[in-house]
Formats: sequence, structure tokens, C-alpha cells
Amino acid sequence: MSRQGIGLNLEAPDDFYADLLSAHEGLTQQESDALNARLILLMANQIGERATLKKLLDAAHLKEVVGE
Amino acid sequence: MTKLFEVPLYPYKWSDDQGAAAPVRHPVVIIGAGPVGLAMAIDLAQSDIPVVVLDDNERVSVGSRAICFSKRSLEIFDRLGCGDEMVSKGVVWNTGKVFFSDRQVYAFDLLPEEGHKRPAFINLQQYYCELYLVERIRALQAEGKPVEIRGGNRVANLQNHDDHTLVTVETHEGAYNIEADWLIACDGAGSPARHMLDLDFVGRVFEDNFLIADVVMKADFPTERWFWFDPPFNKDQSALLHKQPDGVWRIDLQLGWEVDKDEEKKPENVVPRLRQMLGPDVEFDLEWVSIYTFQCRRMEKFRHGRVLFAGDSAHQVSPFGARGANSGFQDIDNLSWKLKLVLQDKAPETLLDSYGFERELAADENILQSSRSTDFITPKSEMSRIFRDAVLDLSEHHSFARPLVNSGRLSVPAIYDGSSLNGEDQVDLPARTRPGSPAIDAPLGKSWLVDSLGDRFVLLGFGVEVPEKCDVLGVQIEGRSLPETEIGPEIKERYLGDLEAAVYLFRPDQHVAARWRDFDADKLAIAFKKAIGKGEQSA
Repeated sequence: MSRQGIGLNLEAPDDFYADLLSAHEGLTQQESDALNARLILLMANQIGERATLKKLLDAAHLKEVVGE
Repeated sequence: MTKLFEVPLYPYKWSDDQGAAAPVRHPVVIIGAGPVGLAMAIDLAQSDIPVVVLDDNERVSVGSRAICFSKRSLEIFDRLGCGDEMVSKGVVWNTGKVFFSDRQVYAFDLLPEEGHKRPAFINLQQYYCELYLVERIRALQAEGKPVEIRGGNRVANLQNHDDHTLVTVETHEGAYNIEADWLIACDGAGSPARHMLDLDFVGRVFEDNFLIADVVMKADFPTERWFWFDPPFNKDQSALLHKQPDGVWRIDLQLGWEVDKDEEKKPENVVPRLRQMLGPDVEFDLEWVSIYTFQCRRMEKFRHGRVLFAGDSAHQVSPFGARGANSGFQDIDNLSWKLKLVLQDKAPETLLDSYGFERELAADENILQSSRSTDFITPKSEMSRIFRDAVLDLSEHHSFARPLVNSGRLSVPAIYDGSSLNGEDQVDLPARTRPGSPAIDAPLGKSWLVDSLGDRFVLLGFGVEVPEKCDVLGVQIEGRSLPETEIGPEIKERYLGDLEAAVYLFRPDQHVAARWRDFDADKLAIAFKKAIGKGEQSA
């Protein structure tokens, strides 16, 4: 398994974070869960490559030190 | 009108075996005159191998049951001499609609790959499939081929011996014994043969119940496949509507495991559901209704000495993807030529172990695909439901999500990667026709590539001169050379890729045994020996 960390790639981290939170504003837990699931699928499609997606799944599991 | 399945097609008849002083020995006995057993009998009889089929029944199966026959099955039927009957009766559909909850999320047109003789699949009631197979057997009998179907013959006991099986058969005129050099158990998911030999049927992955109904519409109704996820008339489950011949529509309602089957089957419970499904204005008659229970599993080994299991007796999957009967035909396609060579003393008995290896591999693939479909259709956790619903919601707006929608991945033939029968590979040829792969059809002059292969070893030279006949170990390999002018774009794409020329050796089941850039008699001999189980590693 790759020990390589995942570097910063976001254009405007603060703005993205604010957009993410506001997308969920006013939603019930159920609606938020559904939104997150749709978002993951859309992002996965944008990424496309299976190896990258597997690496991201591992990183989300905190399986390795995601580092600098 | 008398229904097809009410007519005895192979009624009980007294056989001389019943009055014999000692059990009569037969080279091959098949248990079960279902589609798989009948197909196996045709395959052997066509090669003059005497074969007896035993079945406790006397008629084709009741109700539609298996209804979707894949391209590979149709190609096998072509080889068995009854493909045209199946295809001319069968229904081809091109438009599918996917519904989620109370709405349609999308419709699609099937765009099957061009340049194949047969469609991706046809819909046909199992009883028609069985009828055409029985008719083919009758035609073979008229030609004097050594094949018999004994209806009303129930196998009551099996006794294993080193070189045969003693089969005790019960009839209404009493019991009798026969001996089978080779016994092929095609007696279905409940396989009495499996129980009599006390064999396992392990690895249960999941189980489910389906309410299956054949419905005759009283007015026009579109020839489309409709699939519902979580519809209001079948909450948390799925439903499927399919067109069959004779204006009969097939409806499959998934019920889950914890249901009262007798209650669900009652017309007063079925009809209101169907009305909800089809809409209030659609008039229909309920022709047949049944509950189908399945457990997804397979036998650990398909070969047990002189007894071989094929079809549902060896493996069972969910109906999503039509991987039941279709994989059964591929089983016998794989088994028949091997058994023929063993019976003719041209191959060692161990060749039959490769039947086990190759078809167990295929069963695992079918179980994997069918498990994935089931996980999508019936989510097992809260989170898998959230993702499933997200896929369906997105599919309404974005085409990228549609390939994620899994209502069954249609049966495609297995590629026998890793089989000991696979010979040399020229790796820069297209991957889809590598050794172990089934032949991929393509136009060939005025005919078709798969039709030209038949049921023997064939050496095809694409842009390469190969000998018309090669004799290796007493088996004739038929050679055919295709000049460059006969190589169309489909053959080029499927068999040559970036190369100008290639030589392919096909097995009698039309799978690729080996392939090279040029013809070399020594290399052919090595590959051929390997393909019949006489290779060094498998000796």
C-alpha cells in the first residue's frame, strides 16, 4: 500500500468548506446523508481512476498517516 | 386451449432394460430432462455417443420459469441444431425503463455490439426452450442417432463404483437397474442425485423468494423491460416486467425471505398488486403464478469420479442477470466435448477435472455478479440504502450514474483464465480473445465466424496459410485459412488488433485454446496436447 500522503489540492479551502456547510444548511439528517452520498458519487465520477479512489477510501479510513 | 405443458412430450414407455436379466450398461446416463440435460443429450447424440435421459416427469416444465436466453446460449443452440427455432419464437426487446419508488428515473435503448449473428438475448418461456430441444432429439432419433428420453422414470438410488454407477430407476411398472459408465446429474437445484450421493451444497451466500406470474394482456402493451426499485406496490423490494412470446408478460416480484408463501400466492393477494403495477386501465388474465425460492451457492466440486453435475444441481444464483439456465448451457458446452474424447479413448479421464475447474470458476463469477446485484437491489444496511438511493436519484439527471444502477448484469460467458488447458498466447493480440475466451462472433464472408467453428477443434489462420487437416494424437484438427481480403473490420478488431495476421486454435466448445502470430506445427501439437489434458503439467 502506498504510504504517500495526500497533498493539498484545493483552490480555496475556506471557501470550499463554507460552501460544503451551507449546502447542508436547513436539511434534516436524512436529507444531509442523501446529499453527502450524491456528492461522493459525483466526486468519484470526477476522479474516475480506480487506484486513486481506492487510495482515498483508505485515507478516509485513516488507515495510514496522511501527511505533509 | 390445451397448454403446451399439459401435453406429455415424452410419455413413459416400457424399455427392454426393464426386462433384462442383468443391469444393462450405458456409456452415458443423464438424470433430468430439463433444458440442461436435454442439451447435453443432443450434444452427445450428434457425435453418435449413446445416451439415455431419465426424468420422473413426462412433460415440459409448467410456467415460464427461465425466460432470458443469452447470446452465448443461442450460439450453443446453433451448434446443437435448434437455434433458429428459439430465435424465431423468442422476443427481442430494446427499450428498458427503470423506476424508483413512484416514478420513472430513466429509459434506455440497448445498443448491442454490431456484427453478431445472434442478439444479446431473447425472451422465451422455458417450456418452449424445452419443446425445441425435445423436437431436436426426435429429429436426431429419426436420423438413427442413439438417444432416448425415458419419461416416468424416477431415479431412486445411486450406487457408486470405480468405473460406473448403478442406477435404480422406479416406474409405475416397477423398478429396474441400469449401469452408467458416466452419470450426468442435471436434476435441478434440489438434485436428488446430490442427496443420494450424500454430497455437499455449501457456501450459502444469500436466499430470497420471488413471486413469479405469467400474465396475458388483453390489449397492446409495449415490448419493454421495466424494472422497479422499491415500488409502492412492493415496498423495499424490486419488481420486473418482461415481454414473452404469445402476448404473455412475465412479472417477478421480490418478496424477501420471511414471507408466508401460500398467502402471497393467493390470487386475491396477487391481482391487486399487479393492478397497481400495470395501472388501473390495463386488463389482464393471470395465467400462472408460483413462488420461486433460491439460495445462492454451489457444490464444492462438480466432478465426483464418474458422476458429473451440471446446471442448477451444481450451482444456484439469484435470477438477476439470467445466470441460471444460461450458465447451465455453458456447463454442458464445456463438458460434452471432453466426455466425448474420454469415451473415444483420445483423452485421459483427468480432462474432466478441467470441467470442474473451468465451470467452478464460472459459477464463482456468476455468484459474485449476482451478489452485487442483490446488494444493490436489496440494500443490507442503512448506508448501502443511502448510496443505492443516491445512485437512483442521480440517474434521473446524470447519465454517469446509470452504469452504477445494478438490476442484474446479464450473463456473459466466462473466460477460463488460469485453466490448465490454455496454451500459448500471443499477448499483443486483443485481450478479449485470449486463450480461455469464448469465440467472439463476427461476419465471415456470407456467414458467421462462430457458425463456422462447429463442435470440433478448428485452426483458423487470419491472413496466414494453415494446413487443411492436421492429425495430432488421432484427433483431426480442421484448418481454414482466411485471406486478407476476407478479413472484415470486426475480425480485425476482435482477433487481430494491431497485428496483420494470427493463427487461432479453437476447442470444440468454441473457446480459444491458443494463438500465435504464425503457423508452427510443433507449437500446434504442444497446444493441442495441453487442450486435451495431455500437457506436461496436467499429465
